[in-house]
Amino acid sequence: MRTLKDLFRDYRFCVSFGVLVIIVILALLSNFSPYDPTLWNVVPRDTKPSAEHWLGTDSNGQDIFWQATFAVRNSLIISLIASLISRTIAIIVGMIAGYRGGITDRVLMFVGDSLLVIPIFLIMVMLAMLVRQFMNLVVLGLMLSAFGWAWDARLIRSIILSLRERDFTKTAILSGTGTIKLVLNEYMPFATPLIFSTLINNIAWAIGLEMTLAILGLVDLNIPTLGTMLNWALFYQSILLGRWWWILTPVVLSLMLFVALYWLSVSISEYLDPRTRIQRVGAQ
Amino acid sequence: MTFVKRYLIPRLIQYVLVIWLGITVVFLIPRITPNDPVMRMIDQMQARGSTLEPGTMDAIIRDLTQMYGLEGSWLDQYWAFWGRLFRGDLGVSFFQFPTRVNKLIFTAMPWTLGLLLTTTAITWTLGNIIGGLAGYYSRKGWSRILDAVAMVVRPLPYYIFAFMLLLIFAYVVRWFPITGGASLGAIPTFTWAFIKDVLWHSALPAISLIVLGGAVTFQTMKLLVQNINAENFVQYAKLGGVKENRIVGKYVIRNALLPQITGLALGLGQIFSGALITEIVYGYPGLGMLLYRAIVNGDYNLIMGITIFSIFGITTAILIVDLTYPLFDPRVRYT
Repeated sequence: MRTLKDLFRDYRFCVSFGVLVIIVILALLSNFSPYDPTLWNVVPRDTKPSAEHWLGTDSNGQDIFWQATFAVRNSLIISLIASLISRTIAIIVGMIAGYRGGITDRVLMFVGDSLLVIPIFLIMVMLAMLVRQFMNLVVLGLMLSAFGWAWDARLIRSIILSLRERDFTKTAILSGTGTIKLVLNEYMPFATPLIFSTLINNIAWAIGLEMTLAILGLVDLNIPTLGTMLNWALFYQSILLGRWWWILTPVVLSLMLFVALYWLSVSISEYLDPRTRIQRVGAQ
Repeated sequence: MTFVKRYLIPRLIQYVLVIWLGITVVFLIPRITPNDPVMRMIDQMQARGSTLEPGTMDAIIRDLTQMYGLEGSWLDQYWAFWGRLFRGDLGVSFFQFPTRVNKLIFTAMPWTLGLLLTTTAITWTLGNIIGGLAGYYSRKGWSRILDAVAMVVRPLPYYIFAFMLLLIFAYVVRWFPITGGASLGAIPTFTWAFIKDVLWHSALPAISLIVLGGAVTFQTMKLLVQNINAENFVQYAKLGGVKENRIVGKYVIRNALLPQITGLALGLGQIFSGALITEIVYGYPGLGMLLYRAIVNGDYNLIMGITIFSIFGITTAILIVDLTYPLFDPRVRYT
């Protein structure tokens, strides 16, 4: 309770929390949609926002508001799959590299660092070109997770490295604690806050990359996501034709989402860092 | 000698290994995906309704099979793949048959290189100077305003940010052109008119890369400077009556620059990808646009060529940045 109260003292936390609640509600609303998101021409085309269609309709004959609820939901699903799996990889890699050290550490960190250096975006484009017809939310999430773990594995490794030298490690080993138990029970609590804040960043990263791939037409365009919505809006020249309600919906939604996720992560990690926390909430 | 042994040689080994890993991934991708890329290309081509003479078709199939190295065992394929790369042969473009991928890349490259080098130089210099000053004077009003701006810009993906700038500055208030690298039909010459035309077309892509990249540099630099500010030697210099300008310029910013050089090296891959995406938004005729056309036309060979070329380019650029590091850090030079 106290933690929450301290967090809410930061205006950035309040704003981002509020925005994310709205976005999650939007995503949940998709369950009550009167229209099937995969069907076209269910409503009149290209009408302006009105009482009946809150955000107007698009050139495919879909209601933009309800389409947006599905888009937000699917974008969140993809990014959650991607970030949860890549977190698992990052934790395993980081812990093994940090705990084993030596040649294992070098090899794992080399692979991780290479992933940071190599233009992942282009590799993803190549992959997406080849698995295009199998592309769905899960495949895309898996693809993103395969490339999104490198930086965070390095962070987790650095924590483990410093923990390994502490006295309690030796006590645990001498009293017969197994490696796995030691890592999970003793080290995880130290790494959890960091993992949580990288999780948020990774969600944002995954949504951004999904949008980029969608705009290039490399995902299944019949599944509404923030990216595919934008793709359709661009495809039908909605800017030139002045259909601002269509093009602005995905742009504004993603803008809100990215800023909110970033502020949330900054706010939380500032709170977790004792040096900045004292500045914010004072020593207690 | 120790410098060569402890700094130079590990860097060079790493350089070679990263390239090896990257190219190996590129080699493996078409093999681990459940798809025969060659036949898929042919299908796609026919689906588009383009008719090819049987001879051309055979040539394409042969070329693609070779390029994907689908002849012989995986090991043979792997050797053949590297053999072609060492000869600098990236095969032919599938869509613009029989133009060689090399040629397409080298036509597009100057645009990307020009945009990337200028914006990265400006971003890094400006970001560090402004970030350094904002970190030193972090309680001033302008520092807080810049911080707030960076907080909003920083999380945006390249595409969204570039697209918003395009909407505002090319569609709503028409200050800049909507698309292209130069006016239609302009002939590339060294005249002032042409250069001005190119600069005008490059302004929005450049601004969007600079602001987005600058926000990151600004934030990291500001944080670094704030941390250094709290250190004893800065306090000592202040108490000793060293002039403020000298403290900021010689003591604080210089120390903070070291991690920023490493940061630049690590970030180059992302900056490059960002530039490609930004080019696509603005229809800027560099590698990004080439990539876009390759994707739209299903030209896998061209995409692979761009990827391979980029892996070489980025790792080399990072190596160069890494090698300049000793110029800034005497500790590396003398150990």
